[in-house]
Amino acid sequence: MELDIKLIDDNGKRLDGRSAEELRKIKIEAGVLHRADGSCYLEWGGNKVLAAVYGPREAIPRHTQNPLRAIVNARYNMAAFSVEDRKRPGPDRRSREISKVISEALEKVVLTEHFPRSAIDVNIEVLDAEAGTRCAGLTAAGVALADAGIPMKDIPVACAAGKIAGQVVLDLGKDEDNFGDADLPVAISPRTNEILLLQMDGHLTVEEFNKALDLAIKGCHAASEIQKKAILDKYQSIEGAE
Amino acid sequence: MPNEERKIVLPSQILGDIKSNKAGRGTFIENGKIISEKLGILNANSNFINVTPLEGRYEPTVGDFIIGVVEEALSAGWLVDINAPSPAFLHVNEVPWDIEFGDTEKYLNRGDSIMAKVSQIDELKKFQITLKDRNLYKIKGGHIIEVEPSRVPRIIGKKGSMIALIKKYIRCRIFVGQNGKIWVDGDTESIERVLQTIYKIESEAITFGLTNRIEELLKKDAKDVR
Amino acid sequence: MSIVPSIKRDYISKLAEQGKRVDGRRFDEYRKIEIETNVVNKAEGSARVKIGNTQVLTGIKMAVGEPYSDSPESGVLTTAAELIPLASPDFEAGPPRENAIELARVVDRGVRESEVVELDKLCLEPGEKVWVVFIDIHILDYDGNLFDAASLASLAALSTTTVPATRFEVGEDYPLSLKEPPISCTSVKFDNFVVIDPSLDEAEIADARLTVATDKNGDIRAMQKGLNGSFTKEEIQKVIKVSLDNGREIRKQLSESTGK
Repeated sequence: MELDIKLIDDNGKRLDGRSAEELRKIKIEAGVLHRADGSCYLEWGGNKVLAAVYGPREAIPRHTQNPLRAIVNARYNMAAFSVEDRKRPGPDRRSREISKVISEALEKVVLTEHFPRSAIDVNIEVLDAEAGTRCAGLTAAGVALADAGIPMKDIPVACAAGKIAGQVVLDLGKDEDNFGDADLPVAISPRTNEILLLQMDGHLTVEEFNKALDLAIKGCHAASEIQKKAILDKYQSIEGAE
Repeated sequence: MPNEERKIVLPSQILGDIKSNKAGRGTFIENGKIISEKLGILNANSNFINVTPLEGRYEPTVGDFIIGVVEEALSAGWLVDINAPSPAFLHVNEVPWDIEFGDTEKYLNRGDSIMAKVSQIDELKKFQITLKDRNLYKIKGGHIIEVEPSRVPRIIGKKGSMIALIKKYIRCRIFVGQNGKIWVDGDTESIERVLQTIYKIESEAITFGLTNRIEELLKKDAKDVR
Repeated sequence: MSIVPSIKRDYISKLAEQGKRVDGRRFDEYRKIEIETNVVNKAEGSARVKIGNTQVLTGIKMAVGEPYSDSPESGVLTTAAELIPLASPDFEAGPPRENAIELARVVDRGVRESEVVELDKLCLEPGEKVWVVFIDIHILDYDGNLFDAASLASLAALSTTTVPATRFEVGEDYPLSLKEPPISCTSVKFDNFVVIDPSLDEAEIADARLTVATDKNGDIRAMQKGLNGSFTKEEIQKVIKVSLDNGREIRKQLSESTGK
């Protein structure tokens, strides 16, 4: 494909001015919804994501209940107006797949044995999309789960790395997503660095993959600090009112 | 009072190790380290390291007094919503009335509220409740509100001191369920004042000096009313 | 489904007998309304409205498409609502059920019948190409009175919509022109009390619901009765009066937030 835009200029600056290993700006707020047990509003670059947790509550229908543990149902959905060309409301195959891999990632860290026969429902709504929505969504879900008081081994976090113009970079932005050579979203348990979610789209040599994975994990840790601060901030403001 | 360390901890935070402490509630052990599993307040006073949750659904313990709402009348008893991960079961034998088989609807129906006690939790975490205890019955009159279960201890106060404080200044009856449901009865103005007080305690639960502030507020209101 | 304990029901009625509501409002008083526009970059127009704790986000998308065969020189307007499970423990995932469909259709009629969006100004090539306006209502937090929040969010979003002519290569971007919108006000009836802007509990115990949309001239542009209870004629006339009064205030607030 003929490219008339340079994804990385001669000074190493990307289209939005970032350097190769720079994250987009992340803003996180915990406990933003009234009805949900736990919630989180997150902005990551141009992404705007809302996550809400309900549970643990009775798993319905009965046949989905697991007698030994809670099931974690993550539902990732993009609002019709969140993308350039309006998207028909409702889950499509892509949303279903993302919901599945996020559920599996969360199940690994949530202490599900505490709540047999229950369900923990995690809803992720993408309100404004700009590349990397599944990472933004999972990161928001981690905060919402903590905000809901769900017992976890760790607060899960996600970040993507990729390859553009022959170079491995952190956190693909818009256009980089479309015109790049590879996209690697990764979710980890930051305390142990265990990998909970990993998908790769594109073409990478083994060396490039290793570099990208390391970068993504670094990005995850940076995002994890922001998650933790957001959760504590919610309580700091109450104590501060003293 | 300000000597109490109100340290807020997050899931995955390492709090100590098993060589020097014992792992209490709200923690788990991994590789010899005691780690927090919830967003909560750290209690490390004794040998035990506990985390008291700041948020979260009600997790029943045998002996808890709770307020439940009847979901369904079955032939052998009732399914009751107690704000837990699954509904509790109230067996016909666990109520103070003599009930004929199939007559359960005559006594308790969907929408009725009851003050009950958690009597049993089996290995599958199925909850059973009972009305066979003093002061447990079907509730009539008054109003029921919901607060975060994690704030209930603050609302009750040490040895019931906060509730006693409210009752000192406002004529009312109050029953606080461990599951975050609170019943208040009295004339409408008293109920409104009690509710406002409880909501204030709920939102400022983790601050210091709360008891004094609440007492000041109650005193002032009582003067204004007169 | 969450049950409303009968004690709550009784308490709400008891207070109503004294002319009071649980949150201290008068029968004809709204909760605090907040309107924020331009909240979604990808949308051509967007607004987030809060009425009390109820929160609704509406996004407007536009595209070039074919007109309906029976109105070849008219733009196309389509409204959808999603009661996403995020917003309430009682909302289930899945295709829109009656509540979402009724909500979308009521908001749609409110916009369409009052010709807020001048569809005849959205024709590019008669019979061939017209602008299609998508109104997508996303409920974020349900605490009673979705109709008014959804309708207000949709109007605020439309008021700040930019027609994306450049992207579709049919000219330069320009603001979507709108006529003065009607404001929708919803009341519910329980026992024999009628209150405006129902809270969650009031909505759950309601026997009947009435939404009235009024315009700046004090005329009625749309009405919808819901639920299986009934209203007397006098109650309906009273609701119309209260809706007119509140509609005026809300219209002022809408105009201030959108600058139009």
